[in-house]
Amino acid sequence: MESFSSITATAVPFLRQNVDTDVIIPIQRLVGTGRTGLGPYAFERLRYLPDGSDNPQFPLNQPGYKGSQLLLADENFGCGSSREGAVWALMGMGVRCVIAPSFGDIFFANCFQNGLLPVRLPIAVIRQIAEETEASPGNARTTVDLERRVVITPTGTEIPFEVDTRKREAMLHGLDDIALTKRHAEAIAAWREADRAARPWAWDSVA
Amino acid sequence: MAKTMFDKIWDSRVVADLGDGWSLLYLDRVLIHDLSGGRAIREVLDAGHGVAEPNKVFAVPDHAVSSRPGRDETTFPIGEKLLKSLRETTGKTGVRLFDLGRPGHGIVHVMAPELGVVLPGLTLACGDSHTCTNGAMGCMAFGIGASELGHALATQTLPQRRPRTMRIRFEGARPPGVTAKDMILHAIGRLGTAAGTGYAIEYAGSAVEALEIEERLTLCNLSIEMGAKIGMVAPDDKTFAYLQGRDFAPKAAQWAAALAEWRAVPSDPGARFDVDHLIRMDDIAPQITWGTSPGQVAPITGFVPEGDAAALAYMGLEPGQKLAGTKVDWVFIGSCTNSRLSDLRAAADIIGGRHVAAHVTAWVVPGSETVKREAEAEGLHTRFLEAGFEWREPGCALCVAANGEQVPAGARCVSTSNRNFVGRQGTGARTHLASPAMAAAAALAGALVDVREMV
Repeated sequence: MESFSSITATAVPFLRQNVDTDVIIPIQRLVGTGRTGLGPYAFERLRYLPDGSDNPQFPLNQPGYKGSQLLLADENFGCGSSREGAVWALMGMGVRCVIAPSFGDIFFANCFQNGLLPVRLPIAVIRQIAEETEASPGNARTTVDLERRVVITPTGTEIPFEVDTRKREAMLHGLDDIALTKRHAEAIAAWREADRAARPWAWDSVA
Repeated sequence: MAKTMFDKIWDSRVVADLGDGWSLLYLDRVLIHDLSGGRAIREVLDAGHGVAEPNKVFAVPDHAVSSRPGRDETTFPIGEKLLKSLRETTGKTGVRLFDLGRPGHGIVHVMAPELGVVLPGLTLACGDSHTCTNGAMGCMAFGIGASELGHALATQTLPQRRPRTMRIRFEGARPPGVTAKDMILHAIGRLGTAAGTGYAIEYAGSAVEALEIEERLTLCNLSIEMGAKIGMVAPDDKTFAYLQGRDFAPKAAQWAAALAEWRAVPSDPGARFDVDHLIRMDDIAPQITWGTSPGQVAPITGFVPEGDAAALAYMGLEPGQKLAGTKVDWVFIGSCTNSRLSDLRAAADIIGGRHVAAHVTAWVVPGSETVKREAEAEGLHTRFLEAGFEWREPGCALCVAANGEQVPAGARCVSTSNRNFVGRQGTGARTHLASPAMAAAAALAGALVDVREMV
């Protein structure tokens, strides 16, 4: 996993509700591919015109926004399919942080597995960041500091955000969950023994 | 203290408390499919881990297989590569694979309950958001991404943050034409697509108790469309009768031991949920979605509302337009939502000597090899074929468009699946979600129609 401590970037407003992971990356792009190379296909149904050229209406195609690391989104971002390709595609196009009022649960978990930081803030704050960004085209920068757990808006307002202690640690240091879990190897082995004795039916039926 | 079913299962599967609301949970069952399964095992092996408990992992190709009649693995070449990878990696690690055309093959959330893999009181994870379907058996089942799947395979555990609990009670008698699909679509329309985010849902009440197991699977299937990773129904005598004798259900003396434990799985009387909703069955009519999110749903007697211009432009609908009568081009009866034997019977029962409208392409895709064989044994396939439906091979087919099968751009499809997202059934495809009976009725009428007028 890529570690994350802090970014300073132009916040790209993409304030649309219920952006599902099918829209972030169509399933056809995930058949027979790996974790890399998905960047060009992120949001492809919105991002390109039928002739394959950039759709000028799509925020991430607009001057000053292209290639930004920071996306502002609306309610329920990343809902729907569990496809982790949605995170790989966003990171493939350079996005390292999405700020939204709420996220799909599985997408939210997938973000932390890869080093894309999902930050939950009230929609009013997100609109404020969008307005400050649009008021000063080309100059407005927003900072997302995971170390300090604050977002600093373009005009300098500091807004604290909440993040799980566990997830924050893993993100800051790029820790791998499997390695962390293997530290509990003895506890897992002991739990298995006890459960096998307590409810053999759950074990023997698939032995 | 009175505990909910969710709390009982969660608490019994905690291997270690990780602090901050997180637990390391033991996974009793893991399901994998062709789209991500082969890669997940390979990544685990490449990282130097083994598959911790291969006998608790069940693999099946469903997403990227063709449903064309007479298909084999070569019909969709990209899927063939994924299937070969799944065969190779499961073969190497000793994971059971239910291959194409074999007994047990099917859509993962159809075949797993069918085989008795999904049991009350256990935990189950799968790299698919519709894993919540399996909660209908009183199992705590949830969808995960590729990295979490790797973790599940390597350790048979998963760190999870405890969700809050929600109960949705459906009370009253079921009105005519209303199915489990209509109940859950109505609930999503009313409560919203993010209402369940961060929650484990238990569906309860007299109308849920009255549902058969296959209907409960449909109900739980759309939990994720309300935002919830987990949706469950308390196990009862119907659950136990369904499970008894299935391949991977407990046998002999262990059956009695399991049964005794399962009877204690339901929520205790007086158990408190963080959120409690009540839905009266009288308020529910047959549902049809009109937009590009499952919450954009209305009774079939309703009208297209104003508000979401982008959704209406995509769907080719005008605000104020009556939903019934809208011309339909395609019908898809299938998917992990509605492809079980009772779904196919319900669709076939609508036909009544009529024929699919000349301009409509209508597919029936049974959810599993077993469903297909049972349906054929009772002649359902003949009824569909004679009425002009296509009778196809088991798989995810038109629900996911990852298998070379798509609804053409601009075509309007009534689908028994679970997502009406932009491009879900193919680029530019316009999806209306509905029950199997509503979908069959639309195929015959060639337009959105109230199923109650067709019986």
